[in-house]
Amino acid sequence: MTSSTSPRRRLAVALVPMALFVALVALLVFGLGNDPRKVPSPLVGKPVPEFRLPELTDPSRSVTDEDLRGRISLVNVWASWCNSCRAEHQALMALSESPDFQIVGLNWKDDAGDANRVLRMTGNPYDMNGYDPDNTVGIHWGVYGAPETFVVDHNGIIRHKHIGPIDRTVWEETLQPLIAQLKAEQ
Amino acid sequence: MIPELGHVALILALVIAVIQATFPLVGSLAGGSGNRNWMNMARPLAYGQFTLLLIAFACLTQAFLTSDFSVLYVASHSNTLLPTLYKVSAVWGGHEGSLLLWVLFMAAWGAAVAAFSRNLPLAVVSRVIAVQGMIAIGFLLFMLLTSNPFERLFPVPVEGRDLNPLLQDFGLAIHPPMLYMGYVGFSVAFAFAIAALIGGKLDAAWARWSRPWTTVAWVFLTIGIALGSWWAYYELGWGGWWFWDPVENASLMPWLVGTALIHSLAVTEKRGAFKSWTVLLAISAFSLSLLGTFLVRSGVLTSVHAFATDPERGLFILIFLCVVIGGSLALYAWRAPEVSEGGRFDLLSRESALLANNLLFVAFTVLVLFGTLAPLIYEAFNWGKISVGFPWFNQMFLALSPFLALLLGFGPAMRWKHDEPMRILRMLWLAFALSVVVLAVLALPMFGARTLWVPVGIALAAWLLFSHVAIVRERLKNKRGLAAWVADMRGSGRSFYGMVTAHVGVALFVVGVTMVSNFQMEEDVRMSPGDSYEMAGYRFQFLGAEKAPGPNYQADRGHFRVFRGDRQITELFPEKRAYLGGGMPMTEAAIDPGLFRDVYVSLGEPVGGGDWALRLYYKPFVRWIWLGSIFMALGGLLAVTDPRYRTGRVRARAPAHAAAARA
Repeated sequence: MTSSTSPRRRLAVALVPMALFVALVALLVFGLGNDPRKVPSPLVGKPVPEFRLPELTDPSRSVTDEDLRGRISLVNVWASWCNSCRAEHQALMALSESPDFQIVGLNWKDDAGDANRVLRMTGNPYDMNGYDPDNTVGIHWGVYGAPETFVVDHNGIIRHKHIGPIDRTVWEETLQPLIAQLKAEQ
Repeated sequence: MIPELGHVALILALVIAVIQATFPLVGSLAGGSGNRNWMNMARPLAYGQFTLLLIAFACLTQAFLTSDFSVLYVASHSNTLLPTLYKVSAVWGGHEGSLLLWVLFMAAWGAAVAAFSRNLPLAVVSRVIAVQGMIAIGFLLFMLLTSNPFERLFPVPVEGRDLNPLLQDFGLAIHPPMLYMGYVGFSVAFAFAIAALIGGKLDAAWARWSRPWTTVAWVFLTIGIALGSWWAYYELGWGGWWFWDPVENASLMPWLVGTALIHSLAVTEKRGAFKSWTVLLAISAFSLSLLGTFLVRSGVLTSVHAFATDPERGLFILIFLCVVIGGSLALYAWRAPEVSEGGRFDLLSRESALLANNLLFVAFTVLVLFGTLAPLIYEAFNWGKISVGFPWFNQMFLALSPFLALLLGFGPAMRWKHDEPMRILRMLWLAFALSVVVLAVLALPMFGARTLWVPVGIALAAWLLFSHVAIVRERLKNKRGLAAWVADMRGSGRSFYGMVTAHVGVALFVVGVTMVSNFQMEEDVRMSPGDSYEMAGYRFQFLGAEKAPGPNYQADRGHFRVFRGDRQITELFPEKRAYLGGGMPMTEAAIDPGLFRDVYVSLGEPVGGGDWALRLYYKPFVRWIWLGSIFMALGGLLAVTDPRYRTGRVRARAPAHAAAARA
């Protein structure tokens, strides 16, 4: 089928896979440099953005940035459709017993029915949950995907952002020492 | 002492890999008929490589069995309370050990090529083993520099951290070895392709040599992926069988390309055509295996099953990827323009069908690759934070799959090079008409299909089945009687019936996916001891939950009776386990499996007063998904036993033998 094409043209065709691969590598280098877990959020060190959202389980109440002052908070971005959130859920359940901090959920791009079902089924680790189906608040927090967790100090300043599920290593090596430090600052 | 022995074995394996990558290759390129002495080194080197890695692997296993926590890797992935079976599977339960398993398997494939290629030209064997040596250098360097499984830990802890509870399961104990056998098996197809490109000789003989190896690798990968899916189904407790998780996708991409490859190889072997396609697919299948490794271990994408991630490791693998894939694509670009495209064919021919098959599988692969990398792509181009998730993948696959299924009924019926429309019509009209009847009947309102997908899916499965019955009948026309059939099965019949078996597997898979996606039921309920709940004609009676200690965990075990009508069909005992090593509690769903349905109970949270939140599932035909995969794998195995791959006969039949000997 290609016998009539010129040698130059055949070489060009043979180089197409190479070109695609170079593009792929460029993307991966970008991904590696931009390791979402390594790049600090530009919001770290800044006060939490102002917001007001309905509470997930009780829409008559609302969750606002005021709720993040006066206590240390873990703000956890999650959704019922997110598998990594399911993996992280049990860890949050264990953490929810700690008196040192509150866990505030940001239920992100989710359906309230599905989200409430997850909480009923697998337990509710959250002290309160902002319901953000359209990413109106998530966008101001620079949410990249679910799950993400922000550590907010008692003055309402974002001190750390963790991307990806919280597991034991993340907790022991990063979050726990940070919270101990924040507690000491308090 | 023993861990040091393992470490030394790894270093020696690296030394051997370097020799293996150079001498046989240089020997094969030397003037005249090459340097035989150097080429003759290839086989012993391949055996030596395998032996050394086996020693290293045995040393690590020994450290696990004796709970030697002075080894960092053992201390982080094992525990004295861990049952012996899981102490063994813990060897590959983490990043370092799974890499060791990877290179061990690669050396095993290399040794197998050395042992079972007695009749291949020495130059080809030398180059194949040399290419494998090059890949081994990369992996061994990676292990020794960034991920040494034998690293010591001081002070020595009294107790290990335990294996991730998710991995303490039989299905997952054997899932990675199967998957790696598949991934690494494609390195043989890759090595054959590179050897052929180096020699500048892409011919039918090359395709025939690499075909059985590729098929065996594909069989392993098929089983590995099916095991992973089965494991996710019963262990994660969410009742799904595929999550489009980046790591799952990483294993699916080489499978999709590998599937195209085994079909493309058929064309190259039988007709000498599609050479560029085949070589490129062989390079891609292994490249995607490497890419999968990169994605899993670099932290570029976040996933449930991501290994401990580390950008330094990511950078190393990325450089390695560039060398291996970039190098082979450069070699391809250099050699491909000289490759003749081989025999011509008409629009209506098996070649056309297989070309369409190649294109469809490449399209599937591109979709999966795009979907998996979408978060990166969107970020790189600042297109906003759109997430390509579960529904996107499902829609894309649903849109393309019917074409593949339709094609799959016609392809095997067609003749090579040229076929007559009337002949195909005569052969398949009945199968087609019956499938249309199935479609029409199932679309009737009385069957309650809420979407058109149900009748379409089942009719396509029926079409696959009926058309293959017609194709088998056509073959039997010329081979009447049992004796003729037996003779056929001693000859090329095995490839043919292997293909039929695998294609019937596709039909079973389609039925499973269609039924479970459209008719499954799930309910979240809160139940007190003594309560009953009815779903899908089954009555679930909850008798309560009690504490049940395990070897290294404490469990809550629920007790259920399941009734169909008044008859008790089974008792189920779902568990929720808290492992003593710490970490997250695990759910162990209880499943009553059946050919036509699973009933499935998973324990949620205690909600006070002996009440529990529970999840009940009814999953019709879900087993057919894995049954179909088993059929595909069996079909592949049957095809591999075809006597024409036994090298003794290749000599007599291979027309390109003389040319290959010259290479």
